[in-house]
Amino acid sequence: MCSLYTCPLVVLQLQYADMGLDNNNSNQVALFVTCLVDQIYPEIGLAATRVLKGAGFEVDFPEGQTCCGQPFYNSGFVKEARRLAKRTIEIFRNYPAIVLPSGSCTTMIRKEYVHLFEKDSNWHQEAVALAKKTFELTEFLTKSGGLEIKNPARNGLVTYHDSCHMSRSLGIKEQPRELLKQAGFQIVEMQAVDRCCGFGGLFSMRMPEVSQAMTEEKLLRAKQTKAPILVSSDPGCLLQMRSNQKDPSTVQIKHIAEVLDEVIG
Amino acid sequence: MSATLRQFRRKADKAITDERLQNAIENAAERFVEGRITALSSVPDVGEMRDHFKEIRDATISDLATHLITFEKNAQEAGAKVHWARNGKEAVQIIADLAKRHGVELVVKSKSMATEEIQLNSALIQQGITPVETDLGEWIIQLAGEPPSHIIAPAIHKTKEQVADLFQEHSGEEIPADISALTAEARRVLREKFLSAGMGISGANIGVAETGSAVIVTNEGNGRMVTSLPPIHVVVMGIEKVAPTWDEVAVWLSLLARSATGQPLSIYTNVITGPAHPEDVDGPDEVHIILLDNNRSRFLGTKYQEVLQCVRCGACLNICPVYRKAGGHAYGSPYSGPIGAVINPLLFGLEKYNGLPQASSLCGACLEVCPARIDLPRMLLALREDEVNRRILPWRDRVMERLAASVLLHPWLFDCLVRLVGKMRLTKVIQPFIKVKMPPLAGRSYRQLWRRGGGE
Repeated sequence: MCSLYTCPLVVLQLQYADMGLDNNNSNQVALFVTCLVDQIYPEIGLAATRVLKGAGFEVDFPEGQTCCGQPFYNSGFVKEARRLAKRTIEIFRNYPAIVLPSGSCTTMIRKEYVHLFEKDSNWHQEAVALAKKTFELTEFLTKSGGLEIKNPARNGLVTYHDSCHMSRSLGIKEQPRELLKQAGFQIVEMQAVDRCCGFGGLFSMRMPEVSQAMTEEKLLRAKQTKAPILVSSDPGCLLQMRSNQKDPSTVQIKHIAEVLDEVIG
Repeated sequence: MSATLRQFRRKADKAITDERLQNAIENAAERFVEGRITALSSVPDVGEMRDHFKEIRDATISDLATHLITFEKNAQEAGAKVHWARNGKEAVQIIADLAKRHGVELVVKSKSMATEEIQLNSALIQQGITPVETDLGEWIIQLAGEPPSHIIAPAIHKTKEQVADLFQEHSGEEIPADISALTAEARRVLREKFLSAGMGISGANIGVAETGSAVIVTNEGNGRMVTSLPPIHVVVMGIEKVAPTWDEVAVWLSLLARSATGQPLSIYTNVITGPAHPEDVDGPDEVHIILLDNNRSRFLGTKYQEVLQCVRCGACLNICPVYRKAGGHAYGSPYSGPIGAVINPLLFGLEKYNGLPQASSLCGACLEVCPARIDLPRMLLALREDEVNRRILPWRDRVMERLAASVLLHPWLFDCLVRLVGKMRLTKVIQPFIKVKMPPLAGRSYRQLWRRGGGE
């Protein structure tokens, strides 16, 4: 029932070429776990690491990484965002591919870094180069041929929340669903699936009443699907939904890396 | 009028806890959202049409002065009088002077956001002139003494039961909460106003430069009566609403009603080109067009110029998850939703509206539906940047954010500090100072686990 795919080095290199990446005879990926995963949900980082390794990649974690700069960029602290963006570029520029278990942070690097360096041609070039080889986890896994599923979920029901930046800016909607199906899950779509969960970074702190009302609606719509698991590809959404869930027994909120980690055996 | 962060939060909280209001907004907004999707699906290559419309609007705004001068010349040739108003005060005075000169005591109005923007009604009342709103939604909120809560559906926050109560209070007679009974009551009261008013005031959806015409789209017959029954007609038009020729109007109208109400075309599309000709059976003897700037021209040539492409369809309000919870009144102006969050600080001052750039999760839904593809999220980012640079954001936030950024520039410091907070259970100390529930920090960070061979 699952699409089985083994990833020998040769195949990988061909895929790197397909993805427009400089392969340098390497199947190495740099994992940018994001600050939320690093400090709050390290288990998501571990799951992402195992999933990438299971797909045949050599995973490195450059220890200099901290934050992509998005919280600062989104709250108007452009200088601070620029400094963090430069650091991120310096840390990751020599890797053939950068993978993040977050659609939102991927969007920051891929779509917004170039705006930060509109008036600085050297850094702008660097930002463009990094954008080309930066991928959201499910996008990367799908592009590189999927997963080897050893332990598929049998008729497991899940509902999937489309996070805003990932679905609107990057257009990644199908890939996580494809992987969930490969993993043996049946997806029950919720109503208004791409409506914001209410997180929005600092928005959740500056406008807590509105933010939490939005989350309540999102969780209600997820509950209405009767699926026992709500999956998201963004640690931010996960944080928001988990923190505001009044009755955690109704639906388990999981990151897609955790769900996939369970089925690769 | 203002919307500071505190004011926005207070009004939004009130809206969120009002179940009746939440249902009224949710139902109406959802109907508009679905209607828009259906209406646009009947247009072939609608994506290209929106791209084209954006180009048209961009090109027009980039050469606004030329088009406005052409508009003025052609409107004058058609017999209209054109007035330039730098701000709301000037616009109000032009209208009040006109009314006084002609001895006008009663004015009928069709729905106009520009006149809401300059608070024309209260200004006219102060000068002894009685304005009566004749658009059903506008009349409802005038009776209630409230500002509009939606650009195209000003009384979106009211249920029919609330409207029935309001009408009853106004007329002293019992009126059932039934839509046809309510509209019949409005017709009964307003018909008499149309016939006795000395002046009609409307806005303009589009000003067509090549003929000097004002185009007004409405769904109720009131617009046509306001513009043709009283002897004097006044059009108040924002300067950004100009279209060079009728070719642009065709695209504009194709997208406007579809984006707004989900109709292929509004029920009425009125074109006013000067006063009535001698052979016309009706129409005003005088037509005055007020071109309202009110700070719009300040944004020409700046990073905010794009916002002048807005045609006030309201699609961004309907789709916005923040608007749907907070309701329109939280925005402290007749302009609400994402477009209000951008133009209110621009038109009326960022200091007074410092809460609005924050009233967005930057989800991007507004950009997805805007017929002119205005990048509202990017405008909100720019306003937030202005708030930082102009020190409008409270100093505490500025210090905290800069401190956080400095820490994040040093990975070991970042890890140590967060670990320390976790170890010493400092989250409990921090918790009372922030408005959200702090998540528990992990026992070990990913980087610690990685060093120990994590993910093997």
